[in-house]
Amino acid sequence: MLDINNIYKTFNPGTVNEKHALNGLSLHLDEGDFVTVIGSNGAGKSTALNAIAGVWPVDSGSIVIDGQDVTNLAEHKRAKYLGRVFQDPMTGTAATMQIQENLALAKRRGESRTLRRGITKSEQEEYRELLKTLDLGLEDRMTTKVGLLSGGQRQALTLLMATLQKPKLLLLDEHTAALDPKTAEKVLNTTDAIINEHHLTAFMVTHNMKDAIAHGNRLIMMNEGRIIFDVAGEEKKHLTMKDLLDKFAEISGSSIQSDKVLLA
Amino acid sequence: MSGFISALPGAASQGLIWGIMAIGVYITFKILDLADLTVDGSFCTGGATFVVLFGSGVPVPVALLAAFGVGLLAGLATGLLHTFCGIPAILSGILTQLGLWSINLAIMGMKANVAINVIDQDNLNKLWVSLRFVQDVASGRRPFTRHPIFIVGLFTVGVILLLYWFFGTELGSSLRATGANSHMARAQGINTSVTTVLGLMLSNGLVALSGALLAQFQSFADSSMGKGAIVIGLAAVIIGEALFSRIFRNFALKLLAVSLGAVIYYVVIQAVISLSNINANYLKLISALIVAVFLAVPYWKTKYFTKAKKEVRTGA
Repeated sequence: MLDINNIYKTFNPGTVNEKHALNGLSLHLDEGDFVTVIGSNGAGKSTALNAIAGVWPVDSGSIVIDGQDVTNLAEHKRAKYLGRVFQDPMTGTAATMQIQENLALAKRRGESRTLRRGITKSEQEEYRELLKTLDLGLEDRMTTKVGLLSGGQRQALTLLMATLQKPKLLLLDEHTAALDPKTAEKVLNTTDAIINEHHLTAFMVTHNMKDAIAHGNRLIMMNEGRIIFDVAGEEKKHLTMKDLLDKFAEISGSSIQSDKVLLA
Repeated sequence: MSGFISALPGAASQGLIWGIMAIGVYITFKILDLADLTVDGSFCTGGATFVVLFGSGVPVPVALLAAFGVGLLAGLATGLLHTFCGIPAILSGILTQLGLWSINLAIMGMKANVAINVIDQDNLNKLWVSLRFVQDVASGRRPFTRHPIFIVGLFTVGVILLLYWFFGTELGSSLRATGANSHMARAQGINTSVTTVLGLMLSNGLVALSGALLAQFQSFADSSMGKGAIVIGLAAVIIGEALFSRIFRNFALKLLAVSLGAVIYYVVIQAVISLSNINANYLKLISALIVAVFLAVPYWKTKYFTKAKKEVRTGA
């Protein structure tokens, strides 16, 4: 479903702020894979996600979604294949527009927007039923401006919007990081439910190792812009926090080693 | 005082005309969340286009449509400078505005102003709106339906209904989404460059149409007629919002509030001119001060008065 082939991305090349964010990243996801992505700050997790989403072009390499080479496709054109939920609850929705208007915008993802009605009566019924599944009472507030919703409600709504048109790939960028633990858990459960129901392929970046272990069928750890650890299936099921912490220690150990070499 | 009262219908008519421009400003300033300074140039472009075309025998509706068309082009120029060339919106508007100064003079045959011949009664009768009709209606020489307030009022209602319809369509919604949250818009597959250009075009089309109506109303176009137009537009948007935001929630009513804001602004300005002996050249300074205060008030409110408000709420 997703093929990332040896992509590179350097920010601010040629300046003191030069940052090699992606260093030959390659990844293959099968249809129905739900991969969780962890790594320390600056490891390239979100950069990888933004590269897939097309926020900016990559320096080299290729990105293929469902057999379609999207490497040179603009962000809004790739949106056809992608559902996205962002870290900041404010980013995924339009605050000054109604709940149903936001859903109607998402419903037309990948379609050309014409002078037809922005939202139809039959759609409204569909949205009411869908909102009921979130169990947040939003079905009775369809004309409420999204800006009045809480962060958790907005993330749940964004999830619904991202999957209203079944995406080839669902991109989740630390989408529970800004929520309190209880709300975060609820949103994660909703995420699981939606992914299972629609058999979605998903790429979830997270800072929370426990979540990374508990969710999905595959886990990758990134460091310095490439994948350094990749487990799936049975092996992932038996993964523990300790395994991951050891792995982290291994990386930081190696960087200490290289520092020593530098200082010697 | 009697001078003020007799000037009132004229001021209200002119306010309604500026109201159409203000609705254009509302599209960029409120819906797209951009400050577009093209307005000061495109307003005159509309007026100049109308006067020159009408003077060469083109019928009024065609000349008005042409003015709307050149406004679209002015918006297109700013839009492309902003999206295609990556120039900040405010600077793109200033660049187009500067360029339009020359274009406006060129349209008027390199003259600073061009008049409509209203001494010729046949010519005058062809016009849809004119300051002269205000007196004619008052003295009973023309029916009420020829009063500029009536005609421009119809225009305003038409514009509001069209925009209400447009912003309810898929395309219109994508424009609103672009202004509300461009990240979200792109994630939902909206080409935000296209919607931004479209919004700027629509806005300047209305601004130019308003300029054409004003040129018709005062029976001349002047190269400096758009100077400070953006400030008047902002004033109308802000006054309309300050006075009517609690009662007007519907989108169409919000646009109506903008139009009424322009009328109120003009009537107040007229009052200042008539009731005091102030030199009319100070008007721009007064306008700038009024708009600055209205823009500052919401900021002061959140900065200095929000705490007090919260206490009242918890107490209640």
